[in-house]
Amino acid sequence: MTAFFWLFAVLAVAAAMLAITRRNGVAAALWVALVFVCIAAQFVLMRAYFLAAVEVLVYAGAIMVLFLFVIMLLNLDEKEAARLEGPRLHAAGVVLAALFLTGLVFTVREAGLFEVPIGSQGSMLPAGETGNVARDLFLEFLLPFEIASFLLLAAIVGAVLITKRRLT
Amino acid sequence: MIWDVLGKLLHAFLVVGLVLPLMAALMVWAERRVSAFMQDRLGPNRVGPAGLLQPIADVLKFIFKEDVIPGHVNRVMYVLAPLMVFVPALIVFSVVPYARGMAIAPLNIGILLVFAVSSLGVYGITIGGWASNSKYSLYGGVRASAQMISYELALSLSVIPIFLVTGSMNLESVVAWQAQNVWLLLPLFPAFIIFLVSSYAETNRLPFDCPEAETELVAGYHTEYSSMKFAIFFMAEYINMITFSALVVTLFFGGYTLPFLELPAGLWGTVLSGCIFAAKVSFFLFLFLWVRWTLPRFRYDQLMDLGWKVMLPACLVLIVCTAGVRAFIWPG
Amino acid sequence: MGIKVVRRPKLSFTERIYLGPIVKGLRLTIGHFFGTLTDVVLRRKQHERKTATTMQYPEERWDFKDNFRGAPVLVSDQFDRMKCVACQICEFVCPPKAITIWPSEFDESADDVEKGVEKYPERFEIDMLRCIYCGYCEESCPEEAIFLLQEAELVGRTKEEFVFDREKLLAMGGVREDRALKWHNK
Repeated sequence: MTAFFWLFAVLAVAAAMLAITRRNGVAAALWVALVFVCIAAQFVLMRAYFLAAVEVLVYAGAIMVLFLFVIMLLNLDEKEAARLEGPRLHAAGVVLAALFLTGLVFTVREAGLFEVPIGSQGSMLPAGETGNVARDLFLEFLLPFEIASFLLLAAIVGAVLITKRRLT
Repeated sequence: MIWDVLGKLLHAFLVVGLVLPLMAALMVWAERRVSAFMQDRLGPNRVGPAGLLQPIADVLKFIFKEDVIPGHVNRVMYVLAPLMVFVPALIVFSVVPYARGMAIAPLNIGILLVFAVSSLGVYGITIGGWASNSKYSLYGGVRASAQMISYELALSLSVIPIFLVTGSMNLESVVAWQAQNVWLLLPLFPAFIIFLVSSYAETNRLPFDCPEAETELVAGYHTEYSSMKFAIFFMAEYINMITFSALVVTLFFGGYTLPFLELPAGLWGTVLSGCIFAAKVSFFLFLFLWVRWTLPRFRYDQLMDLGWKVMLPACLVLIVCTAGVRAFIWPG
Repeated sequence: MGIKVVRRPKLSFTERIYLGPIVKGLRLTIGHFFGTLTDVVLRRKQHERKTATTMQYPEERWDFKDNFRGAPVLVSDQFDRMKCVACQICEFVCPPKAITIWPSEFDESADDVEKGVEKYPERFEIDMLRCIYCGYCEESCPEEAIFLLQEAELVGRTKEEFVFDREKLLAMGGVREDRALKWHNK
């Protein structure tokens, strides 16, 4: 079990590194898809099968395909890609990444996930069973869940608005 | 322990590595003969009895053809793409209970795994189209990604009423529920129609074969492929057809059971259940062919309209209705 | 030349869900499917088949009319006598010059001489690649010695193989009963 954990962990990190260093958008998107699959494999090792399947289904199967779709449609050329560089953008990127990392570390430590031994059934996670996931999602974390879905709704309305304006 | 693992591996190899490709080859033959019969022709009937050995000749032809990799392609992805279509197609079948107590991987989240893995198949098509670096392939790949996302939604949502009714995502228990009560086709007929139509779009079969669209895109995403690489794309399509037929049978038509028929215990019961399953799957495979050689291709915008404006709302309404019935009228 | 606007008809609900036409189409194709299937299963001959139109060549061949013009060949009469008298009219009349005849005279002792036949073709060749199957040879022959077969499918690997000599032409033509027997009854 531990061997598998290290295999997928190393693979995930390596794929993530490759994803952010590729200049080719399509290649980067594929490496990200591999990251998702590796994370799903980690879920399987924790016997959270439901989460694993949903991870692959939603992230690798739908969201990354949409990314790929957009990348292929836009097909950024070198000149346009160069426009997206520069010291200011780099600085903004570094700040955002630092913020995200801090938030992530805090969350994980608060949840006590560092203490979960490798390869054991993750007691902190709603292990596998669909019912457990649903119970947590719709009872305990209902408010954050609804806020997230509201944000998504706003994004959808915005997207529709942008396309409509371009049409007229 | 070790024998257990070896036995499982052998089982997986026999079903996925031997039976499925053979079935796919047989389907190629069936496709050619059925299409011929529907067009008042006779089809390939020379190689072997009734032309049954034609697939072997076809495979030999594919193997000995020159394997051209065009100079303008992205080599790594071009070579990887057929495998990225083929492997998910093989994996998906592993959760289907094809006879009593027989499934390679009887998982609790069975159907979720089907959707998760089959949603990865679109990568192969999209990447194949992109890596070929030709306009027809690219159009095919882009169409495939848009189409498959649209219909995967309807496909997955149309299955949710089944779980609401049976209370399990394990395909084995879905079959058991149907054997005890009634084929899910009857209470959930709209879900069956949506699932069937979406599975035609998922497998890129007519009337939804826009990624291939011979009349507009030469051969769509596999325009630049030849020899065995093309054959692998081709096989993957047929294996997907088999898998989705098997899923329709399992989810809506009682799987390997028949109503009013008690399967005998022991080996014969298992064999009989396998035969029942095969017969049902054959019918749906024939339906695939029948529809293909009857209906013309949908226009791409019609396809998208159908997916997002008809199928998806219909699914949502169906889910709410089923949930309502389950909660208030007939709580399990 | 104005712009012509094509008005799309407004479809009713039943038309928009496609179901009627789909069922209609499926009925049509399954009818053809089972029609051809019974044709094949019952091993029906070509003219008895209900839907299948494909001819199973070479087991099945075309039904030619009697006046079909195939390959020209030489014939013998019922006494196994080669009828050609090497008059060379066919050679002369042949539009593509496919026929070549090397005439020869009979010896004094030959049977045919008594009956008045003087010549015979020592060699008689038809180049089937030149032949246009016009039938002039058959039409012009005073001896009814050359006929066009119903057969027109000749196979060979080289050009030389298509130059048919006298023996081959006679073998292909076989015996054709002669009712007049003008030399015999002389």
